Amino acid sequence: MDLTYTPAEEAFRAEARAWLEANVPHDLASGDSAEGFAQHLEWERALHAARWAVVSWPERYGGRDASIWEWLIFEEEYYRAGAPMRVTQNGIFLLAPTIFEFGTQEQQDALLPRMAAAEDLWCQGWSEPGAGSDLAATKARAVRDEAGGGWRLTGQKTWTTRGAFCTHMFGLFRSDPGSERHRGLTYFMVPLDAPGVTVRGFGRLDGDEGFAEVFLDDAFVPDDAVLGGVDRGWSVAMATTGSERGLTLRSPGRFLSAAERLVELARDRGAREDALARDRVVRAWIDADAYQQFTLQQVTEIAAGSATGARSSLNKLFWSQLDVRLHETALDLLGPEAELDGPWSRGFLFALAGPIYAGTNEIQRNIVAERVLGLPRK
Amino acid sequence: MRFALNSDQAALREAVRDLLRAECPPAVVRAGWPGSEESDLARVRRVWDQLGEMGVLGAAVPEADGGLGLGAVALVGLLEEAGRAALPLPLMETAFVAGPLLAAAGEAALVERLAAGELVVGAALDGSGIVPFAQVADALIAGDARAPGGELRLLRPPAFAPLESIDGARGLGRVAADAGLVLDLDAAALAAAWERGALGAAAQLLGLGRALLALAADYVTERRQFGVAIGTFQAVKHQLADALLALEFAAPAVLRAAWSLDRGAGDAGRDVAVAKALASDAALQVAATALQVHGAIAYTVEYDLHLHAKRVWAGARAWGDADWQRTRVAAALGLLPEEALR
Ligand SMILES: Cc1cc2nc3c(=O)[nH]c(=O)nc-3n(C[C@H](O)[C@H](O)[C@H](O)COP(=O)(O)OP(=O)(O)OC[C@H]3O[C@@H](n4cnc5c(N)ncnc54)[C@H](O)[C@@H]3O)c2cc1C
Repeated sequence: MDLTYTPAEEAFRAEARAWLEANVPHDLASGDSAEGFAQHLEWERALHAARWAVVSWPERYGGRDASIWEWLIFEEEYYRAGAPMRVTQNGIFLLAPTIFEFGTQEQQDALLPRMAAAEDLWCQGWSEPGAGSDLAATKARAVRDEAGGGWRLTGQKTWTTRGAFCTHMFGLFRSDPGSERHRGLTYFMVPLDAPGVTVRGFGRLDGDEGFAEVFLDDAFVPDDAVLGGVDRGWSVAMATTGSERGLTLRSPGRFLSAAERLVELARDRGAREDALARDRVVRAWIDADAYQQFTLQQVTEIAAGSATGARSSLNKLFWSQLDVRLHETALDLLGPEAELDGPWSRGFLFALAGPIYAGTNEIQRNIVAERVLGLPRK
Repeated sequence: MRFALNSDQAALREAVRDLLRAECPPAVVRAGWPGSEESDLARVRRVWDQLGEMGVLGAAVPEADGGLGLGAVALVGLLEEAGRAALPLPLMETAFVAGPLLAAAGEAALVERLAAGELVVGAALDGSGIVPFAQVADALIAGDARAPGGELRLLRPPAFAPLESIDGARGLGRVAADAGLVLDLDAAALAAAWERGALGAAAQLLGLGRALLALAADYVTERRQFGVAIGTFQAVKHQLADALLALEFAAPAVLRAAWSLDRGAGDAGRDVAVAKALASDAALQVAATALQVHGAIAYTVEYDLHLHAKRVWAGARAWGDADWQRTRVAAALGLLPEEALR
């Protein structure tokens, strides 16, 4: 047990902190609106220019070869500085780890630098109208185009976050027409400007155009759009969901900084005199702290080479519930001002999605019960 | 940064776990209920002797005083194992609280006996005068380690009036506030003793919770209703998943608090409070869930579940319950004035 950082890690923290303090933009419009997305892109490109966009990646792809500990430090400093949610997250946090694991050298060299530079902007095409929790019910299909040396994609994806603003989508398509369920699926990476692709953005709960439907009608993609092998999409996709549920998408930094802001709000709003309100604030703060400790333990395991596996469902349950409680508490402290459009009410609406996306919490509980506790499936 | 036990620490924990698994099955926990039909305190005491032979009892006593001088990080895992086994003896109070406390008070002769495994010590530092394990102890420490200007006293049985606990293994005794001899301790030693007790209690609660959850998971896999194992029902699965979630997020907080105590960190008191609050809540949740998913079988004293559950119901409130601990955290966060604490 050694909960201290090395001098090199502390120096890394200091460098990140100084740069972030000098450069973090404030009051950007929502990254889920056309106007805001453009502002966020500017920020993403500033991050990239200073090599803070993808710190854990190799230098040749725009990173710093940072260790997983340094990555965690960067995340802490990022949210501590009040920097905005990453509009590039579905690329850099979800697709990229999958490309590092399954991509060919050519794919890595071609895709990763552009992703790091926010030149290619990626969205996630899992869900379909008939395939939500039941991802294996994927209907969108891929038909072999021998002459063209690629595939023809047809079908509909939905709930695609920031699909209207992105340039590319990764998703699952049924490549073996006779297949069922988890078999016969292939993981494709699709440029959204390909002929036959139509994207329609629509409003989320907060009214921003953060969702999109993506219609594919015989859209052609070349062979190198396949990640991880034809008909092997399910196991490739599971690697992505592991990142989504676990650490990469939601590091503790975000919740720690939100909890600190909640404590400040509580002090401002007289929670000292209100034992009930105080207790709820403390519970939220304790949960953020517990998530941090859990993460440090988990990163120790990862650094020692063990895989997180189904335990990433524990992360997802915990951070999503924590986020909701934290924001509910803030709104209660705000009282009559809770409904005003502002960071806490926006944060609350966003937190409400946490128990739904990345696999609903009911699905996560099934996974924890069956694969961590070993309860019978049927 | 490394959030894990080192290999020596892990090996010691494994050894204690193996010992308790072999030597402290539920029958021995039942034997530790003084005055019950199954009571066999000599048998229980043999487990103690074996822990003594491993050096566990003097583990927290400084090396200069004949102990192993191990820190809290090395020991919380052992206490978790004691909880898992529902060991019906005050390992936590003796090894984790009394050892260092008596050493700090200069009670060399007692410390020597304690480290040699000859002394079972019951302790209650919360001012209640209700001392767990008094009925099996050779020495008692009672008083108030939390009050400003508080003091602790050393008593020898039979200086107590027996009380009946819902958990017979707790062997409670009530002591008078002015009984015994005042131990020579400064405020820092008093505070440290309290923190160690609260942290040790949290560690035991984790172990108790883990045992209860394992029992419940096994049971719902075996028990069939409507032609299927009841563990296939989502209402059952989800309750158990939530129980595991609570435990898994309390456990790292306990280890971190141990680290903070060992380092004498300024935040150590807060970290202990976080750990105990999470562990108390988690253990209570697991106990309630384990009982519920068993149905009536767990509502008997014949089935073993109650041995652990009753220890949880007692232990969750001892050494500061979750509400009290959260008030301490509130104080550390500047959400209430320190004076308002008590
Ligand atoms: C803000 C937000 C962003 C999103 N972004 C994306 C994105 O970028 N790309 C993408 O592909 N998708 C995205 N999604 C979609 C998300 O992945 C799905 O909403 C999710 O998988 C659930 O599917 P569904 O909405 O069809 O609900 P359903 O699957 O229909 O579920 C409805 C309810 O039934 C419950 N349920 C379903 N099956 C079971 C079961 N077996 N056991 C117990 N309960 C069950 C669910 O838990 C849920 O409560 C996003 C969703 C949200 C809210």
